[in-house]
Amino acid sequence: MSTRPNLPPLRLHVPEPKFRPGDEADFGDVPIPAAGATPRPAVDSAPAAFHDLAYGLVRVLDEKGRAVGPWDPKLSPDTLRGILRAMAKTRAFDERMYRAQRQGKTSFYMKCTGEEAIACAQAYALHRDDMCFPSYRQQGLLIARDWPLVDMMNQIYSNKGDRLAGKQLPIMYSTREGSFFSISGNLATQLPQAVGWAMASAIKGDTRIAATWCGEGSTAEGDFHSACTFASVYRAPVIICVVNNQWAISSFSGFAGAEATTFAARAIGYGIAGLRVDGNDALAVYAATEWAAERARTNQGPTLIEFFTYRAEGHSTSDDPSAYRSAQEREKWPLGDPISRLKQHLIALGEWDEERHAAMDLEVANEVKAAQKDAEKNGILGHGMHQPMSTMFQDVFETMPWHLEEQRQEMLAEAKAAGIETS
Amino acid sequence: MARMNMIQAINSALDVLMDRDPDIVVMGEDVGYFGGVFRATAGLQAKYGKTRVFDTPISELGIIGVAVGMGAYGLRPVPEIQFADYIYPGLDQLVSEAARLRYRSAGEFTAPITVRSPFGGGIFGGQTHSQSPEGIFTHVAGLKTVVPSTPYDAKGLLIAAIEDNDPVIFFEPKRIYNGPFSGHYDRPAKNWSQHPDGEVPEDYYRIELGKARVVRPGADLTILAYGTMVHVAAGVIEEQGIDAELIDLRTLLPLDIETIEASVKKTGRCLVIHEATRTSGFGAELSALVQERCFYHLEAPVERVTGYDTPYPHSLEWAYFPGPVRIGEAIKKIMKD
Ligand SMILES: Cc1ncc(C[n+]2csc(CCOP(=O)(O)OP(=O)(O)O)c2C)c(N)n1
Ligand SMILES: [Mg+2]
Repeated sequence: MSTRPNLPPLRLHVPEPKFRPGDEADFGDVPIPAAGATPRPAVDSAPAAFHDLAYGLVRVLDEKGRAVGPWDPKLSPDTLRGILRAMAKTRAFDERMYRAQRQGKTSFYMKCTGEEAIACAQAYALHRDDMCFPSYRQQGLLIARDWPLVDMMNQIYSNKGDRLAGKQLPIMYSTREGSFFSISGNLATQLPQAVGWAMASAIKGDTRIAATWCGEGSTAEGDFHSACTFASVYRAPVIICVVNNQWAISSFSGFAGAEATTFAARAIGYGIAGLRVDGNDALAVYAATEWAAERARTNQGPTLIEFFTYRAEGHSTSDDPSAYRSAQEREKWPLGDPISRLKQHLIALGEWDEERHAAMDLEVANEVKAAQKDAEKNGILGHGMHQPMSTMFQDVFETMPWHLEEQRQEMLAEAKAAGIETS
Repeated sequence: MARMNMIQAINSALDVLMDRDPDIVVMGEDVGYFGGVFRATAGLQAKYGKTRVFDTPISELGIIGVAVGMGAYGLRPVPEIQFADYIYPGLDQLVSEAARLRYRSAGEFTAPITVRSPFGGGIFGGQTHSQSPEGIFTHVAGLKTVVPSTPYDAKGLLIAAIEDNDPVIFFEPKRIYNGPFSGHYDRPAKNWSQHPDGEVPEDYYRIELGKARVVRPGADLTILAYGTMVHVAAGVIEEQGIDAELIDLRTLLPLDIETIEASVKKTGRCLVIHEATRTSGFGAELSALVQERCFYHLEAPVERVTGYDTPYPHSLEWAYFPGPVRIGEAIKKIMKD
């Protein structure tokens, strides 16, 4: 220790969220700019020209459900209904699969409740063959791209129909055909990979771009910073999305740096375009993504988008948020619910009503229920209907080296001796 | 004495030491207010304050890197890595920095840190919540590696690890956090309250690093295991009624070679068990050591029962897990010669 009488003792700052269990939640001090107030820079303007946008909030839907301002993407009613349906289906899917886990049909599940606008509206703004490198909370991408629900459920159940052969934890989907990269359980690893995919696309003179997602908590990983550096250096045609849902398991966004600045502002240091967007406003999400995609497609380089949203449910089926945050936060969240807001907009346009909404909810619930029934014919986790045991040794390498072949034989022989069913 | 499961014993070790030594700090993802996703640090922030027990950004590189820096200042950090599967982003700080700091500064700087991390499978965690990467760390010059198998040992070993002036990797077998596990996943789970090693003193005690524990003496065969596999092996010994000597290594590095050598020279047979993948696993080191030191006493080749050389599969977890069937077969094979 060195103490000098003319200097104060140093102090460590440890962030603390505003509300803990039992606290009255009040987000009155969260600055929410009015819808339509944020300017929309030309797609070819230099990132340095719009630093302000990293501290603002792109919003299109106002309190009355009207689309206002320069970011209004002016979507057709059919597209709006498509996005709404994708969001509703995602929520119904989450409900059902969460319940399936609680019923012991699988080991694990994660919902994206409250964050549906992000993946669903983005899927509409991207091309079907733009390559997505998601985290575990963008199931909406697959659902909005009409990927078969049964296929997703087979993966969740690790059953005989699972294309990933039961090798991966539930919800860690992978589909090349769906332009959806294999999800990793290790946070943020997908970010530099997306940049690399985009660089490859540029090397080859392709026209497809890449998009990637991580939570605000994950921006602390080195991978995020490497991704931004490479994206900046090579002006990679990539969209880096930070889903700021305020929480990373029990740690609030302050532990990823949110007390000091925004996540969009990270872009400024890397010299890339940065936008901060109302993540519960499907139109703002669509518009920002479309804008970033156009930049990428026209060789203007990468964009970092922070989607400001709220994780309405627990982190996963292994989590109980009542142990660390105020139960009121969800209802008090100032940006509302993405489904209700788009619904309100469509109704304000005269393109939707309560009856049609209720009918849609019923339809998607039935669709999910029917898919579940089909998927369960292929089995649920831990009830024998898994893939043959020897699949365990497949896909470690392209061709099986001697030691794996030997281990495979040994496993089968021992299982046989013990009377265990291997196929 | 109190009844504790392994999580409570670890919590008690941290509590007892933090009370004695103001230089100990505990940090990691979700370890502060919430007390850790496995609750191992529950209550510590409330008791010792936010500057001694705190949450961190999600950066394993950062967690271990700042621990090295705090150690250089003179603190004694106990970082938690939420799952051993997530330790890899911190590898450079461990391998190139913590492990070599003493050597490269000729003892001027040291890294008195203990990295706690839950490891191992058996909980349907898939490939990113199940791995056993201890062999990566035992291969690094300058790191100590410890794996407890009971609440009693977990507390005593953790205290010794934290008090050690060199960096220690402390892997906690999460499958046995709540109770011992025989490997029969289809039988009802046991908890530590029925087990003698669930008796844990509430006060300070140490179990020296580098000392194995003879779980059960025996004459016919030596079984070397650690962590969860100690209990799986014990179950097989009981079921088969064989007179095996079961040794719980407790510390992989530095290894208690004397206990191992004395046992194998007595029994003439040796089986090594671990859950980690086989090739270049710690079992290879054990097998080589036994062969080098006990060759003329061996009646049969040293056998290994390990995880297969694949990533940890999700649905086929129990086909992958080196359970009682495979251990039983290996014992038969060794005893035949
Ligand atoms: C490298 C790594 N470290 C830690 C974890 C454990 N973990 C899983 S999710 C999570 C929180 C992530 O929070 P955030 O990035 O905000 O995403 P969100 O869950 O909110 O969508 C943590 C710490 C992990 N999966 N990988
Ligand atoms: Mg988050």
